[in-house]
Amino acid sequence: MKRTDIENLETKLLLDAIYKRYGYDFSHYATASLKRRIEHFLNESNHDKITETIPRLLYDEVFFEELIQTLSITVTEMFRDPFVYRAIRGKIIPTLKDLPFLKIWHAGCATGEEVYSMAILLKEAGIFKNFHIYATDFNNHALERAREGIYPLKNARISTVNYQKSDGETSFSDYYQSKYDSVIMNRDLKKNITFANHNLVTDSVFGEMNFIICRNVMIYFDKILQERVFHLFNDSLSIGGFLCIGSKESLQFSEVYDNFEEVARKERIYRKIR
Amino acid sequence: MSKKNGYKAVVVGVSAGGMDALPRILKPLPKNFPLPIIIVQHTHPSGDDGFFVRYLNQRCKLEVIEATENQPIEDGKVYLAPADRHLLIEQDRLLALSTASKVNHSRPSIDVLFESAADAYDSGLIGIILTGATSDGAKGMKKIDDCGGITIAQNPETAKAPAMPKAAIEACEIDYVLPLENIPEELLKLTRKVIFTSSLNQGDIS
Repeated sequence: MKRTDIENLETKLLLDAIYKRYGYDFSHYATASLKRRIEHFLNESNHDKITETIPRLLYDEVFFEELIQTLSITVTEMFRDPFVYRAIRGKIIPTLKDLPFLKIWHAGCATGEEVYSMAILLKEAGIFKNFHIYATDFNNHALERAREGIYPLKNARISTVNYQKSDGETSFSDYYQSKYDSVIMNRDLKKNITFANHNLVTDSVFGEMNFIICRNVMIYFDKILQERVFHLFNDSLSIGGFLCIGSKESLQFSEVYDNFEEVARKERIYRKIR
Repeated sequence: MSKKNGYKAVVVGVSAGGMDALPRILKPLPKNFPLPIIIVQHTHPSGDDGFFVRYLNQRCKLEVIEATENQPIEDGKVYLAPADRHLLIEQDRLLALSTASKVNHSRPSIDVLFESAADAYDSGLIGIILTGATSDGAKGMKKIDDCGGITIAQNPETAKAPAMPKAAIEACEIDYVLPLENIPEELLKLTRKVIFTSSLNQGDIS
């Protein structure tokens, strides 16, 4: 057996142990990227072989949380891909604006930067009270940071540039206070946001939504898991509701594709029509 | 799979100077080139819109496409990493993308592509490192070498930015250090050997 094959076997054993002990199912994650993250975890935790971590993972829940943080990609930024937010402002909000109440699901929100971006955007569109954002992730640590809404000051420059490129109406600095080396998002932005744990792999529909945003999450899934998630989104969206996925992801090959029409191609925005 | 059983894929890493270097590698390759060529060219995160794909398509015979997630890899096609995404290769030879943190200050990173490709293709991989001002790709070249694949580096003296091929040459025993114009020729030689060996296996060599 070659080294690579042994490592693949070790990975399988690890994922099986995690699933049986904690219920997190990574078996339908794209493996190449997962393997890089597991290697990173080995380096961080001073282990040489994947299987060496299994006994500790089974008994030590804190150690397991550390693994989860490594396995989940939380890289994001405010108004990431500003052209997408420009399209949301121009093509989605005008249609949804007059609904009596607007429910938005941000699936895989990581540390929450893009959730605050959405709240800012809705505020600027004049939708103050009659909306709610459900921001979910399976990584509790990331969710906690999202809830706090405190981000490194060094990211403020890129946030400001992105905000301007997204056709922001005022100054990004209106939405936070800086303290030491951090920026603290304004409290009023959080009022209509619920941060909650939800795992796209195992959890189901929890409400009827008008807009679902899930970007750069499904690129880590294989076709089978992607299809599950597309069905989940299809079942969660009301007719006329919108779906926005990552700009390198595609709905085109899904069974539910026929239920949608394309609203903006490059921005990967779709509308549920049946 | 051993060396004599033939090569399955070519991976290329290039940074500063790639606009000039890549067409010079790809242009001489014929339309029936038998392997897929998978490329990471460092670009500006927002330098998207398929410009580079069009640029290369206008200059070479092989079809150049931007890599998408879960895409099956086909022989004779050139896949280019999209801006601001890592490009990886799955064990079952599908392309995969990732938005994970930059590696060597780069996304896409050459190491990320090369290391995952070495996992997927083992000794059936040909790795090429070209001009560039960083050391990205050196670790990846070492892994390709460790797995028994073929490593080719542009001769740093002929590179617009010599740092990247230099770093690779320092990191491992490179099989071929060549000026740009000799690389396509070497690729054709290596892949012709593939055709020869496979026809030998079928017993129909005349």
